[in-house]
Amino acid sequence: MSKFKKKKGGDLPAISTASLPDIVFMLLFFFMVATVMRENSLKIQNKLPLADQVEKLDKKNPISYIYMGKPSKGYEKFGDVATIQLNDNFAKLDEIGAFISSERAALREELIPFLTVSLKVDKDANMGIVGDVKQELRKVNALKINYTTGKGDALTNMQ
Amino acid sequence: MAKRSAPEVNAGSMADIAFLLLIFFLVTTTIEKDSGINRKLPPMEESEEDVVIKQKNIFTVLLNGKDQLLVEEELMELKDLREAAVEFLDNGGDGSCDYCNGAKNPSSSDNPDKAIISLKNERETSYAAYISVQNELVAAYNVLRNKRALEVGPKNGFSGMSFIEMQNNYKNVQWVGNRTKLKEVIDQIKLEYPQKLSEVQ
Repeated sequence: MSKFKKKKGGDLPAISTASLPDIVFMLLFFFMVATVMRENSLKIQNKLPLADQVEKLDKKNPISYIYMGKPSKGYEKFGDVATIQLNDNFAKLDEIGAFISSERAALREELIPFLTVSLKVDKDANMGIVGDVKQELRKVNALKINYTTGKGDALTNMQ
Repeated sequence: MAKRSAPEVNAGSMADIAFLLLIFFLVTTTIEKDSGINRKLPPMEESEEDVVIKQKNIFTVLLNGKDQLLVEEELMELKDLREAAVEFLDNGGDGSCDYCNGAKNPSSSDNPDKAIISLKNERETSYAAYISVQNELVAAYNVLRNKRALEVGPKNGFSGMSFIEMQNNYKNVQWVGNRTKLKEVIDQIKLEYPQKLSEVQ
């Protein structure tokens, strides 16, 4: 029999973690609902300019994405001027035609005229490459385009 | 036989599973932000016949390699572009436009239907500047269309609705109202202020 017996009930009761799964599930559901899977992993810088006269890009119609911008860190060997990225790879200008026809081949026939090409161009890119891409798109008759932008005041773009 | 209670499932690892899923979705989440300026490119096969357009019906906007703006041969700040474009489009110089509120200046555009904005940029122009200019020009059309919508709307039972609101309502499935009539009004305004924006290569 020891004289220094620990007193029972003196310490704090353990916090019940039974409701932890519920909290986590709640968060989980939020993110599941809010998630849009990234189509491509970007190898270029892609900071979109801002505009306020924008229209929502209709998800009902098929959309193809063309990215343009400077190669990001780790891809410096591809140069330091704006380049094109299609799907997951850097591309040359003459690959755009083939890209559009492969996008079209994956669509149902009645949707082909509604294919919109979304141009996601870095704000620091110059118009030369954008003009070239537009010219290529005209060649393959992909005429519906969308300059994808963020929402905000367009006058702040140039600062 | 005595009732045997089912053994209790250990829920202790439930949190771990949920965390795993949570982290997966956290990593893959990009909050959707796809919106932008819709444009239609001109088709490749160009008709050879030259269309004669009067010089006064063309509003030239030039954006040079240093992102400077030249509008109708004058240097201009970006923030003044919208107003200048509105003034040009809404001029109604030959008096054939009975809904225009412009100055009716005979040396500016005849009719919104004939007025063309021509945008030229150089290869060195930055994309940010280009988008800003596009945005201001689209805004000029929207200003006029909104104004017109507030005039036309009440006659057709859509009072207090701007053009943008009309378009949003038309797209909105939950909107209650006369859709066919709204479509007619939208089309009418689009005809009265057609977007004629041409880009020079």
